[in-house]
Amino acid sequence: MKHIATKIAAVVLAVVFVMSFAACSGGKPAETASAASIKVGVLAPLTGAVAEYGNAVNNGVIQFVEELNANGGINGKQIELIPYDEEGDPVKAVTGYNSLVDQGVVAIIGDVTTAPTIAVVAESQADGMPMITASATNAAVTCQLDADQNVVKVYENMFRSCFIDPFQGSKMAAFAVDELKAKTAAVLYNVGSDYSGGCAQSFQETAKEKGLEVVAVESYADGAVDFQSQLTNIAAKAPDVLFVPDYYNVVALVAQQAFAAGSKATMLGSDGWDSVLDTISDPSLVEGAYYCSGYSKDDTRSEVQTFVKNYTAKFNDTPNMFAAQGYDAAMILFAAIEKAEASGKTGDEYRKAIIAAMKETDMDCVTGHVAYDQYNNPQKSAAIITFENGAAKFWGNY
Amino acid sequence: MLFLSQCINGLQLGSIYALVALGYSMVYGIIRLLNFAHGDVIMIGAYIALLTIGAGLHPALAVGITILGCVLISVLIEKVAYRPLRSAPRISLLITAIGVSLLLQNLVQLFFTADSRAYPSTAIIPARAIQLGGLSLSLSTVVTILVSVGAMLGLHLLIQKTRMGKAMRAVSEDTGAAQLMGIDINRVISITFAIGSALAGVGSVLYCCRYSVANPTMGSLLGLKAFVAAVLGGIGSIPGAVVGGFAIGFAEVLVTALGFSAWTDAVVFAVLIVVLLVKPTGLLGRGVAEKV
Repeated sequence: MKHIATKIAAVVLAVVFVMSFAACSGGKPAETASAASIKVGVLAPLTGAVAEYGNAVNNGVIQFVEELNANGGINGKQIELIPYDEEGDPVKAVTGYNSLVDQGVVAIIGDVTTAPTIAVVAESQADGMPMITASATNAAVTCQLDADQNVVKVYENMFRSCFIDPFQGSKMAAFAVDELKAKTAAVLYNVGSDYSGGCAQSFQETAKEKGLEVVAVESYADGAVDFQSQLTNIAAKAPDVLFVPDYYNVVALVAQQAFAAGSKATMLGSDGWDSVLDTISDPSLVEGAYYCSGYSKDDTRSEVQTFVKNYTAKFNDTPNMFAAQGYDAAMILFAAIEKAEASGKTGDEYRKAIIAAMKETDMDCVTGHVAYDQYNNPQKSAAIITFENGAAKFWGNY
Repeated sequence: MLFLSQCINGLQLGSIYALVALGYSMVYGIIRLLNFAHGDVIMIGAYIALLTIGAGLHPALAVGITILGCVLISVLIEKVAYRPLRSAPRISLLITAIGVSLLLQNLVQLFFTADSRAYPSTAIIPARAIQLGGLSLSLSTVVTILVSVGAMLGLHLLIQKTRMGKAMRAVSEDTGAAQLMGIDINRVISITFAIGSALAGVGSVLYCCRYSVANPTMGSLLGLKAFVAAVLGGIGSIPGAVVGGFAIGFAEVLVTALGFSAWTDAVVFAVLIVVLLVKPTGLLGRGVAEKV
């Protein structure tokens, strides 16, 4: 009996051994692809908890590259995308980065979420690998920060196509002054969230520069459902606008309680407001409110409409913000690669040329006009969305 | 004026806590059980309202079904989970209550997922503002306060003036003696659960009309805070639960209004610790000498 078991184990082992060999040889053609192609890695979570974001970004990138290849590629060369699924795990992301480098990619689009992106950026410093993330919004992705959030060093090789979190606060303060002619403002933010806190702080800074008087700043703990007391304090100051940078489920509660507290302020929000209408009991509670988003599918610009049409035709799904930002990341990167190809440089110099060209980006993308500041963060316009007759409506780019 | 508005906020929040705390206190008073599933009954109520209004029922009918649903589920829990343990040590009952709480949360999560759902609060109480002098009140605030006070008065009359109330007080005083006097203990306990959870049903509707979101874990924190309110007032004492509920409501609003919003929950639970250390019987509770 024991003898048979040993035999079975031996057979199983042999099969596994042969199969792993087969897998190796199956992977070979990718490594020896024609020299006339340009290899670019895509590092994204394609499975796991955050796969939804990873796949959207990846689809956006695929969309752009297929269009580019159909138009003859760059400098007569076709683009070859090499995706690596890092499952949302920083350790696997670093493994994936090294694997992509070994496969000879000239640049990488990724990563998608903040923690893996930060891990990979640190690893990429020695190689000077040109990288662009479509969706990691944390300030520490493109810069090394000290404990007080001051910039120690800029990661010269790392760019992004999304705006950073605090940028939205600044945007909405400027919007309130320029477009809504607001004189006074109040802020209600989540003390337990970097996202909310960062937006609130930048809102106040820009408000100060623009002469918008912030008459009340109130806060709440993460997970709170009761904002009545804070909103009563705010309503007593009767501000023109009320900035609430948080996610849609909180906003639904705040809107209702703001009404109950008798607040007449126009509510302003950040991109976390997306899909607030699904959670709110009465859409009239957010009527006339505004929030900013990286992208709106209802944007009337031709770049957006063409993108939405082609993407929908290919993937049979309306592109979300991540898909649009993935598309833009590819657009920014390949424009830079085109310049590097034209320069005729090779090796390290070629990579440096890509980075230099990305730094000088100044172009219209699907998610707005992109130009980079000294921290490699895009200075771009945001899509402003408002609510009219109980429905979300694209207001314009600001 | 600001002060007055904040007082009304405290009154609204306090009246919801008081309704829930009453359920805790009544059950504790009668079988010495901390019914930790009480908060989850409120959550069940929220989902019943969500389903019935979603099905197109008239809001008044939906509210009726919600309250009835809360009563039925509580009586069922009492029959299935608590009654077999009537003579078991109290710690077994307590652990069972925690188990029931987890069961309810996970069942709802299984059927409705863990996502928050919009509660049709404006279908029940329209979003309307009432101007009272310089004071702006929402209709839901006024309704919450009036309904809660009404329910508390009703409960007071029931307990003090009816035969059933008398029986409840007797069972609470001395279960054994009450049984010897010919009181049907099981029936009295069932009715106590039913009344407590009817109040929870009312609390559920009022709570959700204020916060308009339902999710499977919404009952835990509400339940815990109401528990603190019941302990503060003196657990087992009906007027104590009301006093405790309002005290906790006002404390929360005060702390938040002064700008310490991050400390709101900490203050509530600090109250629990202080009460247990300084006066474990609570404000209005009676000390019972331990029989040795």
